[in-house]
Amino acid sequence: MGLKTEEIVLNMGPQHPSTHGVLRLIVELDGELVVDVKPIIGYLHRCFEKHCEFLTYPQIVPYTDRMDYLASMYNNFGYVLAVEKLAGIQVPERVEYIRVIMGELQRIASHLIALGTYGLDIGAFTPFLYLFRDREKILDLFEMTCGARLLYNYMWVGGVSHDIPDEFVPATKKFIKEFRPTIKELNELLTYNKIFVERTANVGILPAETAINYGVTGPSLRGSGVKWDVRKDDPYSIYDRFDFDIPVGEGKMGTVGDSWDRYYVRVLEIEQSLRIIEQAIDKIPPGDVHEAVPKRVKVPKGSVYARVENPKGELGYFIISEGKNNPARVKVRPPSFVNLSVLGELSRGHLVADLIAILGSLDIVLGEIDR
Amino acid sequence: MKTPSEIFEILKNEFGEEVILGYHDELPVDLYIEVHPLSIHKVAKFLRDNEELKFDVLMLLSGVDDANGKKSKDENGYDVIEGGTLSVYYHLDSMQLKHKVVLRVATPRENPEVESVEKIWRAADWHEREAYDMFGIKFLNHHDLRRILMPDDWGERYPLRKDYHDPEYYNGMKVPY
Repeated sequence: MGLKTEEIVLNMGPQHPSTHGVLRLIVELDGELVVDVKPIIGYLHRCFEKHCEFLTYPQIVPYTDRMDYLASMYNNFGYVLAVEKLAGIQVPERVEYIRVIMGELQRIASHLIALGTYGLDIGAFTPFLYLFRDREKILDLFEMTCGARLLYNYMWVGGVSHDIPDEFVPATKKFIKEFRPTIKELNELLTYNKIFVERTANVGILPAETAINYGVTGPSLRGSGVKWDVRKDDPYSIYDRFDFDIPVGEGKMGTVGDSWDRYYVRVLEIEQSLRIIEQAIDKIPPGDVHEAVPKRVKVPKGSVYARVENPKGELGYFIISEGKNNPARVKVRPPSFVNLSVLGELSRGHLVADLIAILGSLDIVLGEIDR
Repeated sequence: MKTPSEIFEILKNEFGEEVILGYHDELPVDLYIEVHPLSIHKVAKFLRDNEELKFDVLMLLSGVDDANGKKSKDENGYDVIEGGTLSVYYHLDSMQLKHKVVLRVATPRENPEVESVEKIWRAADWHEREAYDMFGIKFLNHHDLRRILMPDDWGERYPLRKDYHDPEYYNGMKVPY
């Protein structure tokens, strides 16, 4: 006589340590196998886009900090680029260099959290502490420059809020020198760890066509072997002056596009960011960082879409202006929002324990998903 | 690689002027091609599958309130907009051919209906739900059109419309409390 079985529905979150924020997943299970996952979002919705319609252009910058709060610098970067493109503001060379250096430092800091918490999700506690130690040093560099450690409001329309202090350049060089060996340490501790590889290789395979069709971008797309990076494919600021590679997933431990590949692309990207900083740090030209900051931002009627390669993927700002002091519409393309939508497709047929490994490998931040 | 004006010519030859309504480049910075809202899925499929175009990724889909109708105030002093349009912008990219284009559809405010492109680019699924959530734009043939960021019981109110105002009570709680 056969036993009667049925599918059960499991509710994960909104308060759950492995969902990286306030995310709720409705998981349909057949025994231990995942049949379907429905992410429920919106618990952190705070009307960013509506707020923008009542604020002047420079006032919006601090709000962008609070979207992807692990990469605030880069959120500022995308927004000010969009407004500068619309208003036709040319920023001084010095500002461009400072922005790129800050942006790449932020990318490293964001990736360090992604890698650390990913290890934590899977049960490796030690790497998390090591990586947070290194991230702390990057935050010190930011604090030295603008006084803030998490939400900077650093990039302004037409410039940056503070010039870099004299000790910034030597401190950054010292950081790079000390930090580089720790990537090797991370690889020994976590990347090639047998347990870690067993948990992540061949888990959550994302084929390139599926990734593109879902609009997945950033390290999650490059893990599937697609060489797409806005810094190279649609260069903004001064990224075309630097020599760096775009790492892609190669299926070294399993199949191309598995969770391990997405993890490893981030490890490799840290090294590329260090290369960009090294090339830029000695070339910062002299100048005044407030030179092009307008007293009142005058924006013509029109619309603009500006995008940057945020640590999590393509961050875009679509701004429609009626020629007034405040925008008529600001629409954000948050990379995590789009990347999360592929979760259901990825986790179908996997064990429920692997769901955590897959979710962690997408590296989402709920602050920008819900806005 | 094709420029937006070349893409416009290709589309006009394929679909005619009833579907491809115009090409706008008079405003600074961004150009867009205007498409009929009930034919957008056909145009989208053509853009994705055509060998010369290959628009394989929908980067962004945004709802916009054009606020171009008749504006007045109701008895409580709230803004009311009658007539005019709501629109949807599509930012498309081709990862293979490295070109991009912007499409726009405009739909009447009183009965905003747009064909869904969710089956052509799965990325549209959540974006369309967000546009529905914020503007009340109905995407026809979407498999699961429900609110995404706002609570399910928010009612027939669409926060990003220009004439939106907060309800007096939400679930028995006074707003603003």
